[in-house]
Amino acid sequence: MRGYLPAYDLRAPDTLQEVLSLLSSAGAWRPFAGGTDLMVLLDAGTLPQGRYLGLWKLRELRGITERSDWVTLGALTTYTEIMQSAILQKEFPLLCRAAAETGGVATQNRGTIGGNIANASPAADTPPALLVYRAELELVSLAGTRRVIYDGFHRGYKRMDLAPGELIARVHLPRRPAPWRQYYRKVGTRRAQAISKVCLAIVAERDAGSEVVRDVRIAANSVAPAVVRCLHAESALRDRPLDRTALAAAQQALALDIQPIDDLRSTARYRLRVAQQLLEECFAS
Amino acid sequence: MSETPAVDVRLIVNGHEVTARVHPMARLLDVLRHELHLTGTKEGCGEGECGACSVLVEGELANSCLMPVLQADGCAVTTIEGVALGESQLHAVQQAFVEHGGAQCGICTPGMVLAAMSLLERHPHPTEANIRQGLAGNLCRCTGYMRIFEAVARAAETRQTPKDGASP
Amino acid sequence: MDFAGLRRSGALQRGKIRETMPARFVGEAVPRKEGRAKVTGAARYVDDLSLPGMLYGVTVRSSVPRGRIRTIQFTGDLPWDEFTIVTARDVPPPNRIALILDDQPCLADEIVSHAEEPVVLLAHADKGLLEQARRCVAIAIDPLPSVHTIDDALAAQTVVWGDDNIFKSYLVQRGDVEAALAAAHRVIAGEYETGAQEQLYIEPQGFIASASADAGITVWGSLQCPYYVHKALATLFGLPNHHVRVVQMETGGGFGGKEEYPSHIAAHAALLAWKSGRPVKLVYDRAEDMVATTKRHPSRTRHRTGVDRDGRIVAMDIDFVLDGGAYCTLSPVVLSRGTLHAVGPYVCPNVRVRGRVVATSTPPHGAFRGFGAPQSLFALERHMDVVAEAIGLAPDELRRRNFIEQGQTSAVGQVMRDPVEMNRLLDRALELSDYHVKRARFAEANRQGRIKKGIGFASFMHGAGFTGSGEDHLASVVEIEATPEGRVRVLAASTEIGQGTNTIFAQIVADAVGIEYDDVEIAQPDTAAVPNSGPTVASRTAMVVGRLVERAALSLKQTLIDAGLLSEPYTAAAFNEACRQHVDTRGPLCARSQYEPPPGIHWDDEKYEGDAYGAYAWAVYVAEVSVDTTTWETRVDDFVALQEIGRVIHPVLAAGQIEGGIAQAIGFALYEDVVWRDGRMANAQMTNYIMPTSMDLPPIRVFFEERPYAHGPFGAKGIGELPMDGVAPAIANAIEHAVGVSLTRLPMTPEALMDAIERQKAHV
Repeated sequence: MRGYLPAYDLRAPDTLQEVLSLLSSAGAWRPFAGGTDLMVLLDAGTLPQGRYLGLWKLRELRGITERSDWVTLGALTTYTEIMQSAILQKEFPLLCRAAAETGGVATQNRGTIGGNIANASPAADTPPALLVYRAELELVSLAGTRRVIYDGFHRGYKRMDLAPGELIARVHLPRRPAPWRQYYRKVGTRRAQAISKVCLAIVAERDAGSEVVRDVRIAANSVAPAVVRCLHAESALRDRPLDRTALAAAQQALALDIQPIDDLRSTARYRLRVAQQLLEECFAS
Repeated sequence: MSETPAVDVRLIVNGHEVTARVHPMARLLDVLRHELHLTGTKEGCGEGECGACSVLVEGELANSCLMPVLQADGCAVTTIEGVALGESQLHAVQQAFVEHGGAQCGICTPGMVLAAMSLLERHPHPTEANIRQGLAGNLCRCTGYMRIFEAVARAAETRQTPKDGASP
Repeated sequence: MDFAGLRRSGALQRGKIRETMPARFVGEAVPRKEGRAKVTGAARYVDDLSLPGMLYGVTVRSSVPRGRIRTIQFTGDLPWDEFTIVTARDVPPPNRIALILDDQPCLADEIVSHAEEPVVLLAHADKGLLEQARRCVAIAIDPLPSVHTIDDALAAQTVVWGDDNIFKSYLVQRGDVEAALAAAHRVIAGEYETGAQEQLYIEPQGFIASASADAGITVWGSLQCPYYVHKALATLFGLPNHHVRVVQMETGGGFGGKEEYPSHIAAHAALLAWKSGRPVKLVYDRAEDMVATTKRHPSRTRHRTGVDRDGRIVAMDIDFVLDGGAYCTLSPVVLSRGTLHAVGPYVCPNVRVRGRVVATSTPPHGAFRGFGAPQSLFALERHMDVVAEAIGLAPDELRRRNFIEQGQTSAVGQVMRDPVEMNRLLDRALELSDYHVKRARFAEANRQGRIKKGIGFASFMHGAGFTGSGEDHLASVVEIEATPEGRVRVLAASTEIGQGTNTIFAQIVADAVGIEYDDVEIAQPDTAAVPNSGPTVASRTAMVVGRLVERAALSLKQTLIDAGLLSEPYTAAAFNEACRQHVDTRGPLCARSQYEPPPGIHWDDEKYEGDAYGAYAWAVYVAEVSVDTTTWETRVDDFVALQEIGRVIHPVLAAGQIEGGIAQAIGFALYEDVVWRDGRMANAQMTNYIMPTSMDLPPIRVFFEERPYAHGPFGAKGIGELPMDGVAPAIANAIEHAVGVSLTRLPMTPEALMDAIERQKAHV
């Protein structure tokens, strides 16, 4: 444990109002959700020193709510709660898959979706699913509420569309008819408790009785400074019949969408080739 | 910061209420081991990877090396010291570990026992896949997991047929 | 896999065992001696212990692989006067940790020879402040040229150790290898590499030390070899033996990683304790443990193999090089074992094995289960399949034509006096794994689908006990004493580190003299109380020390008989009573047993030839894999491990050793990769150094055969390291069957497999 505790403060206010006030104050408070990311940094002695606000008492940030057009997750929804949610299993199974791929049971019990988004690791497991499901984020501050489309929320490595004093409060998932195809595959360093080397999430629509791919959304992690929509690959597939030629074109186009690197876990070449293979695996049958 | 923060945190550890004056961000692991002298919970990595520090917080498995003690304020915490049913009666999981070679060097064992207990609460009749998944966050370097799986499967059977009619 | 199937495995095929007395406990799954303590959290590891007035210690290390220390500055706004500070100047000359060559300083003095080398020690009561202080010690180092590869070490353009960067070399020669290669029908060459591997015991290393000029030094620690630490401390501080005391705490795994490195930590803690006058706890966290302590020696092996038209190997030319890191540590012995296992279980009339271990500017490598043999056997057993393919023989047929047999002579001149049954083991292993059926079925099924399956095997052996004359030099001693309550207590320095030392010693004693298992106690290894039974390494604890335990027990019994307190036949209760009476009326009762080499075992250190090991365990391992060609991930689906080990003392413990060793070796084969940057381990976190989880491992099916070894207790041979040797080549051979690519470097990561497949496609 290399963190120097006297350099930190942690408080857990009882109300959202208190939290938002402090976040907007000059006290330089930072939000602290489940802690499964931040405490690793504390232990390594690299957590930015300062003041943290524990969010775990805020009931308004908990719960999964089902409405006619949307399913809404409070930012403090844990991976375990996601995996156990009947409505998410039924209508947003890729998110449940992503949650199941994150850490082990203990991490899943305490890690939160809001924390996963805000920590903004390029390898985070839920963002690809959120992207293809057209998620929207509800951001709150003292000034009020702002709703943004998740696609575009991440602006670069650990940079996001979150203003000072703002907190991710909820994640909204639009309810749609079951897609023709949905796919999520994370390729990690091992079968459990693994950081992603590359992950692809895909949702595709096809007109009834047609070979034409009407709409397709492809998202990847670990191949860019943040989670990324693969727009070139999507273009190569959209509004045309799905055949070998289109698929090959999409695989080639994928190279334009992603910028994988060599790092401690894998290589750029592997990540690109596997991403291309995953694309094929999704549509192979 | 001028003064080191300190708060009174209340924990119900293995059924006993305790209060400790600690830094709010102190790891629950350190509070258990150093303030409360419950050294059964172990530190293997400090990163939340090995699970040697696993405890139950409000009945749910958690890595105590990743939990600031403030987050556990007011919570029931179960550590390995609170698992045995009595002075001479081990929990079914502990007994199975002893009988089936589930513990070799023993350092992962406290966390593994708690993870197994948590698993059996969720899956009283676990399949092999349930067991593998349930223990995926607890690393063992000695056993290759075979005898841990066996111990958990046996403990599940034992729990279903309590010897004296008491609840498992 | 079903659990019924798992329970069925472990089938025991007994050889003909001549029993002189019935065994009630040996061969049975008795409860582990310290099992209850471990499952209740009562077992005490070093970090569970605190002493009054204790300080914490921390180590400040170099950040540069090689250089000259210019200054050490204590910066920052810290109360330095509150700290105990130790540098090389505080270390009694010659500032060395005693091991083999005594070249490694306790603390770096002028020259730093590797990154993460210890330079400064600090102690303070506030652990948090201590870490801040560590960061504020500025060690200015002027870099010197460094060496980072085996080739650069051998080229010796930069010399970092001795005259030529070579710690040790061995040459094994038999016949005329060059002539035989020239005359061979075919010569097949191959080059194989293995990377470093981290032992990754789940309990990081650590010590508590208490020291003063009057009381001497006492240390409590996580360790495998109390007397190694004892010698290092006594030598370093120039103290008489009885002024140094080493106590082993419950130890959370070792695997060799806690064989020699603990001496350094103990010395550091003792120096801080000495200077501060307070007890000091120096426990590493995971990151420090990974980056600073020893790892498995990386290797490079080159084979040139000559075969005749009948598939018989007529020449084996092997060049075996290990990377030893910056200091010698145990490298000569690792090299020796690797060299002696390089030819495997085969006979060949013309052999040359050239072994060398070289110095590089890396944290020194050290002991890790297998100790050189996993490296040389990976090369050999992968190469055997390559040879088989080249000459159109099935892999098993090539082995059959070349297995060494009883009465034949090994490359170093050892006549195999005991039976060698590799053919039969091979038959049985292939049958248990359905090898031939699967070879054909997979080849057919692999024509389509994205998942390619393969099955492959490795045949090998592992010598138990110290190599050659090592056991003679150790001259191990065990004592057994009677307690006033009439029980019996074993006094040995052999440590329980999870493998079951305490349990098997008690079984052996109980059956040797016919008493209850529960009436045998094992003393905590404490150099103030137990004699030196040698280190807990080299697969020697059951076979060598267990034999001493057996003899000491028999000697105790004889003493009771000679004293007229016991006569045969007797009950267990009568034995207890006799012990009680002796202690009561005649005083302490203690029997001693010292190692004697088995008759007829001769090893010549000078010529490096003779009987390399008293006994070998023999094995065939079969791996079944699936390769996912979408991701190039290899998964082991099934693993059959068949070994002949003399006698199974405890079926659960023995199977546990094999299963655990195989899991660790699967990590070695597929997952565990030390990423080096600037001479240090860049992925020093469990997040980034990948060991297998419960989701990654196959059902491991373990089968034992028993061909009792005359000089092991109840016929037992050593097995601790054996499982490490045969896994990687079996998997490599299975991968070759699955996708037609020969991987020659460990770990066989998906990235490496992808590269190999694409390279192969490019050449076609």
